[in-house]
Amino acid sequence: MRSPSWFRAVLAGIVTDLALENWQEAGFGLYLHWPFCAAKCPYCDFNSHVSRSIDQEAWQRAYLSEIDRYAEATPGRVLDSIYFGGGTPSLMDPALVGAILDRISDHWTLGNNVEITLEANPTSIEAAKFAGYRAGGVNRVSVGVQALNDADLRRLGRIHSVDEAKQALALAKSTFDRVNFDLIYSRQDQSLDDWRAELDQALDMGPDHLSLYQLTIEEGTAFGDRFAAGGLRGLPGDDLAVDQYFLTQELCEAAGLPAYEVSNHARPGEESRHNMIYWQAGDWIGIGPGAHGRLTLTGRRIGTETPLSPTEWLKTPGESAREDIPLDEQAIEYLLMGLRLREGIGLERLKSRFGMALDPQKLNTLLELGLIELDGPTLRTSREGRPVLNAILRELLSD
Amino acid sequence: MTDLKHIRNFSIVAHIDHGKSTLADRLIQETGTVKERDMQAQLLDSMDIERERGITIKANTVRIEYTADNGEEYILNLIDTPGHVDFAYEVSRSMRAVEGSLLVVDSTQGVEAQTLANVYQAIDADHEIVPVLNKIDLPASDCDRVAEQIEDVIGIDATGAIQVSAKTGQGIHETLEAIVTELPAPQGNADAPLKAMLVDSWYDAYLGVIVLIRVIDGTLKKGERIRMLSTNAVYPVDRVGVFTPEMKPVDRLGPGEIGFLTASIKQVRDTRVGDTITHERKGTEEALPGFKPAQPVVFCGLFPVDNAEFEDLRDSIEKLALNDASFSFEMETSAALGFGFRCGFLGLLHLEVIRDRIEREYNIELITTAPSVIYHVYMKGKDNEPGEMIELHNPADMPDLSKVDHMEEPRIKATILVPDDYLGDVLKLCQDRRGIQLDLTYAGSRAMVVYDLPLNEVVFDFYDRLKSVTKGYASFDYQMEGYREDNLVKMSILVNDEPVDALSTMVHRDRAEMRGRAMCEKLKDLIPRHMFKIPIQAAIGGKVIARETLSALRKDVTAKCYGGDATRKKKLLEKQKAGKKKMRQFGKVDIPQEAFISALKMDN
Ligand SMILES: Nc1nc2c(ncn2[C@@H]2O[C@H](COP(=O)(O)OP(=O)(O)O)[C@@H](O)[C@H]2O)c(=O)[nH]1
Ligand SMILES: C[S@@+](CC[C@H](N)C(=O)[O-])C[C@H]1O[C@@H](n2cnc3c(N)ncnc32)[C@H](O)[C@@H]1O
Ligand code: SF4
Ligand SMILES: [Mg+2]
Repeated sequence: MRSPSWFRAVLAGIVTDLALENWQEAGFGLYLHWPFCAAKCPYCDFNSHVSRSIDQEAWQRAYLSEIDRYAEATPGRVLDSIYFGGGTPSLMDPALVGAILDRISDHWTLGNNVEITLEANPTSIEAAKFAGYRAGGVNRVSVGVQALNDADLRRLGRIHSVDEAKQALALAKSTFDRVNFDLIYSRQDQSLDDWRAELDQALDMGPDHLSLYQLTIEEGTAFGDRFAAGGLRGLPGDDLAVDQYFLTQELCEAAGLPAYEVSNHARPGEESRHNMIYWQAGDWIGIGPGAHGRLTLTGRRIGTETPLSPTEWLKTPGESAREDIPLDEQAIEYLLMGLRLREGIGLERLKSRFGMALDPQKLNTLLELGLIELDGPTLRTSREGRPVLNAILRELLSD
Repeated sequence: MTDLKHIRNFSIVAHIDHGKSTLADRLIQETGTVKERDMQAQLLDSMDIERERGITIKANTVRIEYTADNGEEYILNLIDTPGHVDFAYEVSRSMRAVEGSLLVVDSTQGVEAQTLANVYQAIDADHEIVPVLNKIDLPASDCDRVAEQIEDVIGIDATGAIQVSAKTGQGIHETLEAIVTELPAPQGNADAPLKAMLVDSWYDAYLGVIVLIRVIDGTLKKGERIRMLSTNAVYPVDRVGVFTPEMKPVDRLGPGEIGFLTASIKQVRDTRVGDTITHERKGTEEALPGFKPAQPVVFCGLFPVDNAEFEDLRDSIEKLALNDASFSFEMETSAALGFGFRCGFLGLLHLEVIRDRIEREYNIELITTAPSVIYHVYMKGKDNEPGEMIELHNPADMPDLSKVDHMEEPRIKATILVPDDYLGDVLKLCQDRRGIQLDLTYAGSRAMVVYDLPLNEVVFDFYDRLKSVTKGYASFDYQMEGYREDNLVKMSILVNDEPVDALSTMVHRDRAEMRGRAMCEKLKDLIPRHMFKIPIQAAIGGKVIARETLSALRKDVTAKCYGGDATRKKKLLEKQKAGKKKMRQFGKVDIPQEAFISALKMDN
């Protein structure tokens, strides 16, 4: 039965009045960047550096001062997630992690299901600290396994073996509630069958969450330079790479870990809440060198950035840039992040919160090509569309 | 005014890079015409593009004062002519204004194709010719061999050839003496009515049109009124002067002298090269033989990358045309490229020079479409009467085939000199381009081949291919040979089933399949993958003769994208959007601008 129009009007009024703040609707998180690693991997373009002496107490003072500053700006909010990313946060002293988490809970209410993740590299030294992190409050780790054969680990410049990684993973599982591990595929000389065998093995290890990244050659890395100079042979062409991508979807789905994002797979309910905040255009604080943040403050959406250089940031912790993000750019961000998700985006949210309406003709073209799906007010990429998301975005955003 | 006995007028003929400009610089320097500190390498190449590419495009003139060994003062007028085949016509005109030539041959290289082409023009103009063997400072210099070659191939006496190094200055004095003693003085009569030849003209922003003249008889002074015999237009003369090489006013110009005049002439088009200039009153009625104006032979479309710049493009083209009567243009519209101009040029170098100047001096980015020649299309007439003939400048304008009786295309006679080792490759290249061999002779270890070739096969990338198959050792020159009938068709290119007018070309029927396949393959590489698969076809009329399929884009996604990546990703999208502006849309397909030219380049 259709409801009478006056009723709908009243309902609409109530809904507007009760409209949630952005951080309530899409979540509120805190990202903390630790910029150090034991060795620099040749493919990696993260803000990570090798440093012989790290004054952990100085870093603690800097992090705490930043936490205090942001707490003042966001009173009364409930934190859904905290994420220690890097670099290699498992090089942090457990005491430092504990102090940071204590200070955070002094300021904000933590949600009932708060997710507190720390990225860890799987060497024995780091595994030894797992219990300490657990005691400090960490309840989820993300382990960078990267490959399941030693020769490839060496080519990736990793300083751990497969065995070490497996031991670290086992220890992580017994220590933390939730564990993710990362693999990089579409590596040099990796055939479709090689990847099938490796992924089968990974799924046999019974993970609840997997991040499976296709190797990207980034400018300004050692791999980038070698590639530009005509080196780094044996990388797959687009056709093999996309076959490997589809194989990944198939095997993970069959194992009960469907993709919920381009490169992320989880048992339903085990998705990373922190990353969902990014993809659903929620609010997050970014602390540490090179960290970006997005905050809705007094109705405006603010983008924050900090200096990239660890020494510079440590000297004067704080932001290097703070800008209002105009509505049209907010809409673009929502689109380019949200369409990475299998669940897609809400066209109504796109319109009401970000003021963007998509061109029906373009949607139609993409529908006919089978690259997107429209499900009531929900727009999502299809299985075929997700690996060409950049082209879909170019089409949707072209004038 | 100088008496005739003390004037020598000459030009320098040479193959490119044999040292014409360097020698001219030396002659100027040796005689102190330009002060040392004002000396700039290659003085006569005045345009940026000329200096950059080391080529001479327009004729340049300099007046040199020289005190000879006999103690007498002479005026030597040098006209520096373009060396490139595109401007051959300009060379022949300039040669009519002087009595002698220095034939410069690089003594490490020997006679080349342009040496021949240019020296034959000098011989046609009845020049006295003084051979100069240049670059004797180099170890590879072989004067005896080259002198012998000059006698053998060109048929002029080279026993008195002067041995020169334009680099070190050796032999420069001997060259100056030879100009005075070997070259004839001009003839003329100061008391006869004024008769002057219009050698060249160009536009100057401050002075208006500058006219380069050679006085035959009579004298010309500032303030006098002159008449152009071909148009009967009359102008008051504002200035007369000479080039030192700067413009320097003089009181008068007399017989045998070369100089300039300005006369409030607004457009280069108002002057006819080869015209006879006389006084308005009591002038001569006897015209010089005159010249045909140079005709454009190569045509292509120039379109602004940004459609909004069409008016700026029009402006720049009009300005350039003011100064270059051999360059023609008319508006063109293309379904694919929007508004632009169909432009005619003397050759490919001329095309490149004009395009460069528009992009550089007027800051307009251009899309250049495939160069084409002029075809003669003979239409069917009624009742066995011959129909009209249409000059086709643009394949897009090709009339319906059923109404066409037959077609003719322009042919050239090409002369190629090449070391024996590469002869086979050159013959194959000419054969592949539908050439007919006319002659094959030897000059020492070098072969000289003469081919009859369709101009259409040469305009585009023949010269590049020739250089590449001979590792740069071949030299090439050509002249137009008139029209001949052949089995020609228009080949269209369809991208995603839509014809792309800017890619249609005229081809020989027998070559159509091969060219069509090559173009489709090229386009397949040039067009980026889209979200859907794209058929690329070549067709004659309605019949598809070649086909390729560009498969759909399968992968374009960022693997990792977290909180810090949103900003970066946004910027990337902006950049891609800007990149898309440099493409042209055909239906749903984006074609990059460089594809219009690159698609036509043949690898063999
Ligand atoms: N070694 C040497 N090089 C020369 C001589 N004359 C010219 N060149 C060089 O040859 C090249 C071509 O000279 P250029 O005068 O531009 O030739 P053009 O194309 O005939 O005008 C330049 O690099 C000159 O520096 C010479 O006598 N000796
Ligand atoms: C911040 S990084 C690494 C965390 C931790 N330091 C480690 O190496 O285990 C997060 C993940 O991104 C992935 N990654 C980094 N660079 C990559 C690249 N160029 N291509 C694909 N994946 C990459 C790796 O799987 C890595 O584990
Ligand atoms: S992949 Fe991890 S360990 Fe390697 S350099 Fe990057 S952040 Fe450091
Ligand atoms: Mg030169």
